[in-house]
Amino acid sequence: MIAEIGHFALVLAMCVALVQAIVPLIGAKRGNAAWMGVSGPASSLQFLFIAVAFGALTNAYVTSDFSVMNVAQNSHTDKPMLYKVAGVWGNHEGSLLLWITILSLFGFAVTLFGRNLPPGLKARALAVQAMIAVGFLAFILITSNPFARLEPPPVNGQGLNPMLQDPGLAFHPPFLYLGYVGFSMAFSFAIAALLEGRVDAAWARWVRPWTLAAWIFLTSGIILGSWWAYYTLGWGGWWYWDPVENASFMPWLAGTALLHSAIVVEKRDALKSWTILLAIVTFGLSLLGTFLVRSGVLTSVHAFATDPARGVFVLLLLCLAVGGSLTLYAVRAPSMKMGGLFSPISREGALLLNNVLMATGAATVLLGTLYPLIADALNLGKVSVGPPFFNAVFLPLMAPMVLVMAAAPMLSWKRGDLAGVLGRLKFVAALAVAAAMAVWFLQGGSAGPWWTGAGFALAVWLGLGTLLDFAERIGLFARPSQALGRAARLPNSAWGMLLAHFGLAVFIVGLTASSAWTTEHIQSQKMGETIMVGGFGITLKAVDEVPGPNYTASRATFEISKDGKVIDVMQPEKRQYRQPPRPTTTAAIRSGLLGDLYVVIGDADAKGGYVTRLYFNPCIPWLWAGGALLVLGGLISLADRRHRVGAPARAAGAKA
Amino acid sequence: MRRLLTLLPVAIFAVLALFFLKGLTLNPRDIPSVLIDRPVPEMNLAPLPGRGEASGLSTDNLKGRVSLVNIYGSWCISCVQEHPYLMEIKKRGDVVIQAIDWRDDPVLGAAWLKKNGDPYERVGVDPPPGRTAVDFGVTGAPESFIVDKAGVIRYKHVGPINPELWAKTLLPIIRELEKK
Amino acid sequence: MRRLVLALALLSFSAPAFAVNPDEMLKDPAQEHRARELGKDLRCLVCQNQSIDDSDADLAKDLRVIVRERIAKGDSDDQVRKFVVDRYGDYVLLKPPFKASTLALWLGPVALFVGALAVIVGFYRRRRTAEAAPPPPLSVEEQKRLDKLLKESER
Repeated sequence: MIAEIGHFALVLAMCVALVQAIVPLIGAKRGNAAWMGVSGPASSLQFLFIAVAFGALTNAYVTSDFSVMNVAQNSHTDKPMLYKVAGVWGNHEGSLLLWITILSLFGFAVTLFGRNLPPGLKARALAVQAMIAVGFLAFILITSNPFARLEPPPVNGQGLNPMLQDPGLAFHPPFLYLGYVGFSMAFSFAIAALLEGRVDAAWARWVRPWTLAAWIFLTSGIILGSWWAYYTLGWGGWWYWDPVENASFMPWLAGTALLHSAIVVEKRDALKSWTILLAIVTFGLSLLGTFLVRSGVLTSVHAFATDPARGVFVLLLLCLAVGGSLTLYAVRAPSMKMGGLFSPISREGALLLNNVLMATGAATVLLGTLYPLIADALNLGKVSVGPPFFNAVFLPLMAPMVLVMAAAPMLSWKRGDLAGVLGRLKFVAALAVAAAMAVWFLQGGSAGPWWTGAGFALAVWLGLGTLLDFAERIGLFARPSQALGRAARLPNSAWGMLLAHFGLAVFIVGLTASSAWTTEHIQSQKMGETIMVGGFGITLKAVDEVPGPNYTASRATFEISKDGKVIDVMQPEKRQYRQPPRPTTTAAIRSGLLGDLYVVIGDADAKGGYVTRLYFNPCIPWLWAGGALLVLGGLISLADRRHRVGAPARAAGAKA
Repeated sequence: MRRLLTLLPVAIFAVLALFFLKGLTLNPRDIPSVLIDRPVPEMNLAPLPGRGEASGLSTDNLKGRVSLVNIYGSWCISCVQEHPYLMEIKKRGDVVIQAIDWRDDPVLGAAWLKKNGDPYERVGVDPPPGRTAVDFGVTGAPESFIVDKAGVIRYKHVGPINPELWAKTLLPIIRELEKK
Repeated sequence: MRRLVLALALLSFSAPAFAVNPDEMLKDPAQEHRARELGKDLRCLVCQNQSIDDSDADLAKDLRVIVRERIAKGDSDDQVRKFVVDRYGDYVLLKPPFKASTLALWLGPVALFVGALAVIVGFYRRRRTAEAAPPPPLSVEEQKRLDKLLKESER
């Protein structure tokens, strides 16, 4: 019965969304306040219905109602409660329901926080949101109903893939979706602006917090996913340039560019047409990811069970949303007035350059991801495009961006003094070169890869450059006694920018060191045998059978010693799940500032030992720290007073 | 100029959408063999136990007539599905079938043929790491190759053979090659 | 993030990557290192999207062993790659070779970057001409206001 209520709620939500997509739009066109006003209550109602549907499916999972096919296929009574709940979105239908729930949540948030939004803009933006909702609700109801019943219900479910039975499943997909779907806000505002025919600073001030929020979620989602992969997969890797990973990375790149170009619109009333385009493209890439994951056009290690009908449907949605909005853009953008002028050497100029580099980076990832499909469609043969390609092409594109990043915040708006800024950065440059040389020396010259020096130089350049900018902003060198007070008065947005940029520098250290200097020892290790890894002695002491809630684990105990003294014990596991019967590994990780000791236990072998994999992964914690700083910077910037107060009313007649 | 630039995004998207549409009809997992029109790899595989000393498979055995080379293994689930039809082919005498018992324990491979029937003239054993199978560019079992009279590979089929595929695709190719 | 992401209901989600096993490894560490690096560039044919170095599929294991045999026999890295490509085609190379069919892939990013730079240069040029162009003449109304202001300031 509850499942039917969920299904019915989705139908109702679709009806409400249809009304919300049409009535406010007509109202905005005719200037009819009552019709425009429909958007608010409609979006609240739509959220309510979808939340009911989501609750109904969650209830089916929590109570293990196997008469619901989706639950029977993906759950099991033995599963711990956390994974019963997280299992709701651990499959195609449920994850779509989560997607649409988040979409309607964002619409509802606009109604909550958008009281002083210009009514026309609000009505149009919410109407666009509703159109997206209609598309996805139709997709769910027609091709992917999560409430379909099974007759007769099985005694127990088929269980959830053990690899997904991890707290990672509880957090990673929701964050990722909050990011993807969050970009729909920027998209809807962009379409509304195109319909209205004006983009101004007030518009940018509205769009920025929504974009920033989505960016924070997406960044967290990607970092959490990498972390999850790192600790569960048992080989120390965290990124593989898989199509599905790329599907999340492309909107991130475009969204990061959007975040920065929106600043230029807000402060300088320039780059308006470009910003609108980025808003469309960012959400378009999010939708594209949905298509790639659910249509089966590419081979991926992830990928849902695919169904051609779903592929056609998502492609249709993609064409309507992206094709439609880009057409609208082509029609309306040329009539948009040019904004404030600036010289190529200026903060706007630097932001534009980095925007272009990031867009090129996103386009490169897109090209590499789609190339197997393109080559196949053109009968050029089957091609694989893997990590070696992306590393060789994408990373060099990002190096100049990092170079510009350190200098850009020091340039003044409109017309900057490049020679002056570079003069201020000369010590930073010298230290960056020194770091490169030191790294080269420490790794024993060409005993390590050539690019480690470049990676560290970039990290030092960006990190110290950002610190220098901070020091100058608070007048640390000019008036040290007042520096603390000035730091306290520094706007949140400046703090956010500095932290995020610094975070990227930290991230680059982790990326470079972990890619270059990982040491790996794979061997058959006997009981009591000690292997030296990264200066640690690792001794296998025991392997015990330990029961889990729905698995049995072989838990190894390793003693870790440093300079002959035992300092720690590590216990990796190899688990055998009962339903579905599959093994997983759980690595034991001991993090330190210099890197992670990463220990994996394998099978017993014929020689009376166990296959063990012991890694020292240098600077991996720097990756997570860098990611955390990016997110923290975003959060602090989001808390900026100007965002909280909301946009002031538009200046009268400020048409742009 | 500016108008053209604003048209560019939608134009690019249109091209991509066409690729996606085409992509929905393609299978990214379908990998063509590069061995077509190349001579059969050099091999000299040992026979299965109990099938006679001289029943192994070597390169020369594939010359002089058109033959079908089938890759199977006692561990292979889809092979069980295909096997009855191979028996039928043998009964009809459509073409001679040779086999490579891939990545298998020869004892199990022989027992499997006892149980499911033996449609093969010669069976060569290719134990791990399956060097001959790799020379053939094999990606899984069952796989079947059509080899012409000169010992050149002319066609490869991945997956089980079924009556429809046999009648519509494989047999016509074999008949055509036999004429030459 | 391999294998996970939103990857949720997966078809052939193989067991955790327990790829390279101690019994496969070459005695000579330099040769073994070469084999590992080569393995990372070769695609596992039966997996979804993994290299033979981190796949636990049987065929990937076979290829790892065969790659090591070739190395032990004294093949160069390029000879080993050619050996595998001769049997499985360019599809096995995770870094596609530079040739006619991959021209767009390798040169695309460069072309994109140059194109984007050209658009920026065009953007600044247009702006400069817009800046240099004389402002439009004042309307009658504006002229009246200006005259009035000037008169006021004279007073």
